[in-house]
Parts: sequence; structure tokens; C-alpha cells
Amino acid sequence: MPLDLICPAGSLVSLKTAIDHGADAVYMGFRDNTNARAFPGLNFDEAQAAEGLRYAHERGRRVLLALNTYPQSDTWQRWTGAVDRAAKLGIDAVILADPGLMRYAVRQYPQLRLHLSVQGSATSYEAVNFYREHFGIQRAVLPRVLSLPQVENVVKHTDVEIELFGFGGLCVMVEGRCLLSSYCTGESPNSAGVCSPPKAVQWMDTPTGLESRLNGVLLDRYGKNEKAGYPTLCKGRFEVGGETYYAIEEPTSLNTLDLLPEMLKIGIAAIKIEGRQRSPAYVAQVTKVWRAAIDAVKENAAGFKPTPAWQAELNKLSEGQSHTLGAYHRPWK
Amino acid sequence: MLMPVVPTSLGRLIARLPSAPPSLAFSLAANRLLWPALQTLDWQPLAGRRYAIRVKDLGLSLRFAVGQRGFAPDSGAPDLTISATARDFLLLLARREDPDTLFFSRRLVSEGDTELGLIVKNLLDALDPDAVLQRLPAPLARAAQRLMAA
Repeated sequence: MPLDLICPAGSLVSLKTAIDHGADAVYMGFRDNTNARAFPGLNFDEAQAAEGLRYAHERGRRVLLALNTYPQSDTWQRWTGAVDRAAKLGIDAVILADPGLMRYAVRQYPQLRLHLSVQGSATSYEAVNFYREHFGIQRAVLPRVLSLPQVENVVKHTDVEIELFGFGGLCVMVEGRCLLSSYCTGESPNSAGVCSPPKAVQWMDTPTGLESRLNGVLLDRYGKNEKAGYPTLCKGRFEVGGETYYAIEEPTSLNTLDLLPEMLKIGIAAIKIEGRQRSPAYVAQVTKVWRAAIDAVKENAAGFKPTPAWQAELNKLSEGQSHTLGAYHRPWK
Repeated sequence: MLMPVVPTSLGRLIARLPSAPPSLAFSLAANRLLWPALQTLDWQPLAGRRYAIRVKDLGLSLRFAVGQRGFAPDSGAPDLTISATARDFLLLLARREDPDTLFFSRRLVSEGDTELGLIVKNLLDALDPDAVLQRLPAPLARAAQRLMAA
């Protein structure tokens, strides 16, 4: 089916919440840095993963596992061990970024379905087809840097299913190659599994505003009524040439409800919702809205229009000051 | 729509009380009402950590630690301070709002050890709401169900 709804699950409660509210599939990670949301206390141990799979499969839904950080040679077994566990548990697909790990997975478990993670950073059909030819990947999650006509061009030239991000926090989108936070912390998200390690983050309410620091480096100072964002280096405000502003990017959230008819038309296989770090309340709210929207567009694509109630609900949940269609929509092109 | 939890006049009265009795009262109440549900979690890694909950609109500061036997009032410097209004704390407890949502809109402030804050948040998020409701005293469970469905 086109436009499968893929929702985030940081815990078993979130997984059940997503499924109860209409997710076609959920994605999750194990409790270590083998995935890109390696926060303390988040994610699944083996027993929870097994219970999540049982819950999903009984209801005809699927569970995907993000194994999308890059293994280091001295801890290689942690990543292959995670593939072993995924295969043993009967995970419906593993989402991988590292070609070495893909080779391991395809050799050891030829039946295991492989998805190419957004962290793999494949933006052309040549790159997507390369992963197909060598590792038999069945789906690719495209980085959020392509316009919809560019996405359509990829879809036309590959038989790999294409998954797009539909909603959630945006970053600088140098996916799989971003080293910004290691400038402050010595750890990059690609191997440590988190942009700003919580142990390095400090929040402080001061008379001049709410300050966020990463390993002592001031990222931002929010005025009294300004919306706050995640404490990542890419979203900070810095003094450059005598001016203080979002020197890298402004914190915004992606919201592509408006583009659903086009995504359906060009044959997008699945829409991914960001936010495994968020709580079950977020998962419930966002899944409910997207389920309703996807059902509506499938029923009547020509007459589809997001309702103000959906947009209000999503706006409330978002990081930063505004929503954007991201790179998908480039009207000047 | 939820109404303010405590009338303003009562709030002003509470704000004038010293902080030790409310912390003690909070710990006693939490042990009686919440601990049966919370004791299923693994608090061992968090032994000795000190928390403060600041209920801004009531001027209340509740200081405590959570050990193997439950909540205990504490007067030492907190490792983690969470501030919000009574209504927002209730929305969080009822899982009607996501803490990040409240945080982005500046309704919730977390100060101190960020990692500890995330560990506690993720620990509480992992609680199965149905199991919690079963372990709450009946009147509280009914109130919580009303709040979650409101």
C-alpha cells in the first residue's frame, strides 16, 4: 500500500500508543548507541522488543528497527550483535546506514528485509540502486534535501520503495556526515547516536533569559516569550560579524500535510514521523492527525485539504517558531 | 478544558508556608498514592539523587529523593529542578501533554542535571498507564481516568 504511516516508538508504551492510534508500522531502537536516538532510559531491551513485536503483529502492523549509526572497528560486534538479535526476534525490517553492516546482514540473514536509513544519505537513484544491487535493500529513506520533483525522479528510476519524512524536527540535514556536535563534545551523532549528549547539556534560567550550553559553549539565550528548541549546535544563535542570529539554521519543524496528494501521486511508499525521543502523548497526538490525513487523501486526493484542527494540533507539538515544507516545496523552481 | 487546580486564594496561602512541611506532606502522600505504581521501576541507579518540583502558580517547592523504599523529603541542594504550573504538571501526569511540547513553549523548565532529567522522564514514560491505574487507590484512579479522557 502507498503512504504507509511509520511512527516513532521510544518505549513500549509509545509503540502501543502508535499502533492503537493507527500507525501502519513503528520504528524503534535497542538500548545502546546502535541507533541515532541513544538517550539514557529510552529504547527497547530484548524482552520489550519481543513484546512490542507481539503486540504489533497481532494487530497486523510491522516493527522496524533503526540500526543506523556507524560501527567503529573496536565495537563492531555491538552492531552485528544487534543485527543478530533483530533477526532472531523477527523484526520486519532493519534500517541500516553502514555498508559493512549491510553486507553482514545480507550474508547472515538473506531473508531479513533491509531499509536504507536517511543516515545513509543517498540522494540520487544511482546511489539508491547501488544499495539495491549490492545488498538487496527494499526501501530507502531519502534525506530531506530533495524537492518533490527530484524525489519523483528518484522514484521513476528505481524499484526500491521510497520513504519520506513527513513531520518533525528538522536539522541541518547533512545526514550521516554531520560532525558539528563533536566540535563541542568530541562525540558525533554518527557513531555516538545522539547530537547533543545529555551529560554535556546545561540549561539555566538567568535574569537575561533561558540559556542552553553544550559542554560550556553558549548555544542560545531565549527571551521571556520565545519558543525554545533542542540544545543542538546547528540551532544556536551566534555572534557573526557583529550580529547575533541563527548563523547555521533556524529551529523549525517539517510539516508536509499539504503535500500528501502529490506524494500519493508520485508513489511514495511510506511517510515517516520523527520523534523517538518524545513521550507517548506526542506519539498519540501526531499519529491520530496523520492517520486521519492519510485516510482522507487516499479517499479523495483531488479534494484533499488539511483541516485547521490538524494543523493547530501539529503546530502545538513542534519545535521552533514555525513550520516548513522543507526542501520538498520550491515554488521558484 | 481543565479548570485551575487550586483556587487563587488557597494558592496565596500555600505560598506563605515554609517549604519543609509541604515537602514532607508531598512525600507522605506520594508514598501512599503513587509509590505502589512507581515501585515497579528500577530506581537503583538514581539512589541519592535529589529533586525539586516547583509548582510556580502555588509558590510551592517540593524537595525529595526517591530510594528503594519510596519518597523521602530532602533539604539538600537538588540535582534536578522541574518548574511548571499545577495544571501543566497534571497534564503531564495524565499524559495529555508531552514534556518536550511544554518545554518548547516555555511552560516547563528543567534545571540542573539534564541527563538525570531525561532518565527520569524516560523512566516515567515507560510506565504502562493501565498498570498504573490498577495500582492507584480507587478514587485517585477514577480521577486520573477522568483527567486522561477530558
